Amino acid sequence: MTTAAKPLARRHAEEHEDLRQFIMHDPLPRGKMNAMAMESMHATSPIFWVVTAVLAAIVVFALGYEWYILIMKGQGTAGVTRPDYWGVFLVNTVFWIGISHAGTFISAILRVLKIESRRPFTRAAELMTTFGLVQAGLSIFMHLGRVWLVYWMFPIPNERQIWPDFHSPLMWDLMAITTYLLCSTMYLFLPLIPDLAMARDRTQGGWLKPFYKILALGFRGTEGEWKNLVTAMNIFAFAIIPVMFSVHTIVSWDFAMASRPGWSSTVFGPYFVIGALHSGMAAVAIVLFLLRSTMKYYDYFIRAEQFNTIGTLMLLVSMAWAYFYFNDYLVPWYGGDVWDKLVQEYTEKGSLAYLWYTMLIVNIAVPWATLWNKKWRETPWLLAIVGLLINVGMYLERYIIIPVGVTINRMPFTWRQYEPRIEIPMTIGTFALFLLLYMIASRIIPLIPVWEVQEGQEAHLIRKIGKAEISTLSEME
Amino acid sequence: MATELEMPGVKNQGIEEGPVGVWGMVIDQDLCTGCQACVAACSMENNVPIVGEEDANYGRYMHWIRIERLWESTEFPEVKMTSFQPMLCQQCHNAPCEPVCPVYASVHSVSEDLNLQVYNRCVGTRYCGNNCPYQVRAFNWWDYQDERIHPELVTLHNQMNPDVTVRRRGVMEKCTFCIQRIHKAEDKAKSEGREIEDGEFTTACAQACPASAITFGRLDDPESQINQLAEANPSRGFHALEEVRTLPRITYLRGGV
Repeated sequence: MTTAAKPLARRHAEEHEDLRQFIMHDPLPRGKMNAMAMESMHATSPIFWVVTAVLAAIVVFALGYEWYILIMKGQGTAGVTRPDYWGVFLVNTVFWIGISHAGTFISAILRVLKIESRRPFTRAAELMTTFGLVQAGLSIFMHLGRVWLVYWMFPIPNERQIWPDFHSPLMWDLMAITTYLLCSTMYLFLPLIPDLAMARDRTQGGWLKPFYKILALGFRGTEGEWKNLVTAMNIFAFAIIPVMFSVHTIVSWDFAMASRPGWSSTVFGPYFVIGALHSGMAAVAIVLFLLRSTMKYYDYFIRAEQFNTIGTLMLLVSMAWAYFYFNDYLVPWYGGDVWDKLVQEYTEKGSLAYLWYTMLIVNIAVPWATLWNKKWRETPWLLAIVGLLINVGMYLERYIIIPVGVTINRMPFTWRQYEPRIEIPMTIGTFALFLLLYMIASRIIPLIPVWEVQEGQEAHLIRKIGKAEISTLSEME
Repeated sequence: MATELEMPGVKNQGIEEGPVGVWGMVIDQDLCTGCQACVAACSMENNVPIVGEEDANYGRYMHWIRIERLWESTEFPEVKMTSFQPMLCQQCHNAPCEPVCPVYASVHSVSEDLNLQVYNRCVGTRYCGNNCPYQVRAFNWWDYQDERIHPELVTLHNQMNPDVTVRRRGVMEKCTFCIQRIHKAEDKAKSEGREIEDGEFTTACAQACPASAITFGRLDDPESQINQLAEANPSRGFHALEEVRTLPRITYLRGGV
């Protein structure tokens, strides 16, 4: 028996091979990484323009023409009717606010908890918050019967001497969403400043140069500027977390405060927050998959570890959601209200029961069956499919709560099933607008927070202790 | 009670506040024949649009009052139906529709002590309709009275009641207890220097009811017809959905007892 001679140590090139799969241990020179981020913004294929044109056409048709019809003819063009005064427009509102939650959650909570694998995708998630809230706001406006008078809901002094009624949950909602939109936009902007400055320095003229110049606020990267920036970001990261939790709680109060069977429940607050995170996490997975597969060089920034982080969170949130959903059944069962029971029976056995079963399968069974496996979590396309299914499930969940739930009320004479009409093209329009905003943003701002990645890479070191190679992280602040 | 109005350009005149009368209704389900005369009379009196077969079938009928009847059991030979139940705004003392309106379009009036819908102030969030346990609020899904937009929907060409506002699209509306009649009677009584007597006027639905199942009158007068009716039938009287604690102002007298 012969024994082949083995080298005692691994060759230099193979060294750190295991750790190199993490972006933090695979550093590139600063200039090169900046150039990659810039080039990914400028490398535009014809397919991009085709997709943009199609999306823009959909937006113009659905949010321009169809909305014009809706406003000029009245809410009769929508499917809303007597027991279902609230329809798909409010489903969209809740759905998009849910999507917008993941951005802040990932960015703020993972930043506060110092989860290092968040670094490359915080910006992509934060953009989702802002763009999702735009869709949510538009959906509320679509829902109003006389949208041209929407300013009557704003607390501005007026000649009518009428102040909005702050008893109404809708007013709380308006305040909460506005606060969240302002906070999240500022929170998106703060970490963007160094990258805007980078883009400003690397842009030679063109219409974007003045844009970067103004928005970078003269950032030069001095010690004092960094210190201020880090302080501001810390304040915002901590302050925005309660705002995030309050927003969806208050959205849930629109329903929980109403005296309708199936809605009037104290568990709605936390249940809606978890539901929002469930759909939001899944949406981040989809967005990361799309970015990685369409943007140049993004397979360097977004790696298996990022998908692993998202996948783990998706599994965790799915379990929490299942618990709250179970709770949402337990409480009415314990309460024993006859109307609550009728609503539950209708969702489980009525003509739309297939929505309920689909929701349970894609929201609970699918993530639990797939995401336990690290190999599968690290497969981008698989995670994107699971994310898509979860989002379908969460949309169905809101659909079941709003139009399906209100079909059953205390007047059996009025029970009637809702069917969406003009809501369908307009819903597609909000999705198209969301994607369109994302595509435009991908050409204007770096979707990867380059400076954060670089900061992380500088903080990480591989040290050898004996024969073991371990990753170490030094505090930067 | 007089309050000073503080409005630019308006002289400070005192306005009278406080209830002039509390109005209520008794509906006897034993007498109701389900003939729908009240529905027709209410539509004529209050300019309620006629929405057409298709929309009405989809639940978009705008009637401020409707006659409800439900199956109790459909198994032959025990086929049984409930008594006819005219359902209209219950003018709750503790109305769920009021606090949810963000723009104060759904309000409680002080002088008539009724739930009012201020059409001009409504922006159409439809929260009130959602929150009404009786589902008696009607939303203007289309412009039913504007020939420029929906000529096919305009059905009430020359028979509008000039005392009642015409509502446009995107506005919630509901039964007002014929507030125009209340005001007319108030004005008359005031000019004659007296209080409104019970039975001096009545609502359109009560006036049209051939079986006299609907009685309208003063709740605050113990001698009034509705109070006497309710007292005479203590075992039959009930409020619709009493468990929701809306404190409705309409007493139903149970039928078939």
